[in-house]
Amino acid sequence: MSQQIFYDSPDDFAHKAKWFSGRVAVYAALILWAIICLFPIYWTITTSFKMAPDVMRGNLIPFWDYQPKWLGWRSLGLSPDTIWADSTVRDEFVKRFYNSVITALSASALAVGLGSLAAYGLSRFSYRFGFMRNSDISFFFLSQLILPPVVLALPFLVLYKSLALLDTRIGLILLYTLTVLPIVIWIMRDQFAGIPKELEEAALVDGLSIWGAFATIVLPIALPGMVAAFILSLVLTWNEYFFAALLTSTHANTLPVMVASQTGSQGISWWSMAALSFAAIVPLIVIGIVLERFIIKGMAAGAVK
Amino acid sequence: MVEQGDYLHVVTTDNLSGRRMAIGRAMIWGSAGFLAVIALAQTLQETGHVVFGFSTWRPTLYAYVLWAICLCWGQVLIRGERGKRVLFVLPAALFVISMVVFPLLFGLVIAFSDWNLSSPTGRTFNGLDNIRQMWTDDFYWNALANMVRYSLAIIVEYAIAFGLALLLNSQIRARKFFRVAFLMPLMLSPVAVSWMIGKSMMEVRFGPLARLARELGWESPSFFGSPEMARFTIMVMDAWTYIPFMMIMILAGLQAIPKDIQEAAKVDGARAWRGFWEVTFPLMLPVSITVILIRVIFKLKLADIIINVTSGGPGGATDSVTSFIFREYRDRSNVGYGTLLAMVYLVVIVIAITLLMKLTDRWARPRY
Repeated sequence: MSQQIFYDSPDDFAHKAKWFSGRVAVYAALILWAIICLFPIYWTITTSFKMAPDVMRGNLIPFWDYQPKWLGWRSLGLSPDTIWADSTVRDEFVKRFYNSVITALSASALAVGLGSLAAYGLSRFSYRFGFMRNSDISFFFLSQLILPPVVLALPFLVLYKSLALLDTRIGLILLYTLTVLPIVIWIMRDQFAGIPKELEEAALVDGLSIWGAFATIVLPIALPGMVAAFILSLVLTWNEYFFAALLTSTHANTLPVMVASQTGSQGISWWSMAALSFAAIVPLIVIGIVLERFIIKGMAAGAVK
Repeated sequence: MVEQGDYLHVVTTDNLSGRRMAIGRAMIWGSAGFLAVIALAQTLQETGHVVFGFSTWRPTLYAYVLWAICLCWGQVLIRGERGKRVLFVLPAALFVISMVVFPLLFGLVIAFSDWNLSSPTGRTFNGLDNIRQMWTDDFYWNALANMVRYSLAIIVEYAIAFGLALLLNSQIRARKFFRVAFLMPLMLSPVAVSWMIGKSMMEVRFGPLARLARELGWESPSFFGSPEMARFTIMVMDAWTYIPFMMIMILAGLQAIPKDIQEAAKVDGARAWRGFWEVTFPLMLPVSITVILIRVIFKLKLADIIINVTSGGPGGATDSVTSFIFREYRDRSNVGYGTLLAMVYLVVIVIAITLLMKLTDRWARPRY
């Protein structure tokens, strides 16, 4: 008969219970916050399939306490039975959507292009423009982050009016590029600083020019960082409302302006508003789920030096 | 702010012919002259001396773009290899200067004038009238005070974000799911958020949040009734959007801390609580300061949610400076006064941020 020699002392059991309750608390907190984050999205999706009585009764779970209807989507012209029919609302929506896509994509591309070049230059060469040295130039670029949009808004309104750029996509693209440029430079400077200069030195010895070395050696290495900066700019420019509301009226309206103008009107119903809001945020939800890695990388670049 | 990467030192033999440099100079000065001529012609037309038939200022814009291109190209022609290096930074610098410095100077002119865009009289200088008006404008001062209140909410946001980052950094399952879920609010457009949360979920009769509040014993929930409550609600919604932003930056900082430091603390007998306050938190101080500074900068631009949910109400209580100026323009199309307010705001911000940076710099410097 072998006798058990080693026992768990009562203290150890207490420890286990404590560990277990700790885990429960951690997961409870995580799930609670996940609900806080996701419930508004869930609410918007479900509301877009509700009818008036469902909204008033506060039904929450489709198929269980209410029957989903295409009401909201039909008013947008995006439900199955109206998708092939003509719909002025849908045309309007598609136009705004298209405007948003064009402005966000071009502004982000322009910002990443200009910003990467500047960041590379600042991380590799020493400059002197008058009294300004590298750190001053960097500070000049980054200080644009502090500039609140409202300071530029009214002068731009007047300038654009005299340049006939009001209510054009190009006008918006230029402004959006300006607003995201400091962020791009910040992220990219960090990226380039992490690439050893020996790579370029080797390329230069092998006979490439500086721009050749930049394009063939450095760019491919820095590509993930550039994608991160691009995605981050895309998110910011897609959601931008202030400039778009001030500087566009009929032609170049972006999606946020359309959503905002709809909320202002009294007659609009919850379900169609929910459908519209949801349609406006869907692209970003997809980006958030698929490209989450890059967004986190981009934001992390700024935090840790 | 940060030390630079390592510099490349390149020695090249540039054999620049005199002709090439002459062409470069000719390009730059020629296009500059062209720009000057066009601008002069348009100014003359604007002041009513000559009629050239320009309908907009576009020709000047095109001449300016041409000059900018020639300036960049000329650098390479004149200075060869060094010009090519300048070419990396010059486009971005020109872009920012022309998009920021010009409008700012122009804005200074507007700020001291009485200019109603809808009135036919156009712009007239009115000296310091705008400043006098600002001095007695209680709504503007209230908006400035609101910015301080809203900024103070960042401390709470920071605490929550730090807690969430610690949770995400601990040993958990389904980390990826939680990370994506926590990131979501940041991806949503503030305009959509203001409808989703501010206008529908907080709707007094049917909104789920109002229902929840009633369940919890708040008889007649009204999220925008009193000024304090409305401000608090705006803070909550803004926090909801931006906590993920702070959380991710803090998380990146946490992950950069070497594990062995915490293990060493554990071996030395530090409990979790002490280990956090005496090891993790001090190590996170630089990251925390960066995060809070950036968050303050973003907070100072707060407008979209306010414009769309309360439009400043009740009685201007929730106005941020940006939303106040936005409405000032929307309702009265008063460009001159609005610009002055914005300029004053800019000065206040620059002073405040500089002070904040100096203070945190002194505070965060390691003391031995």
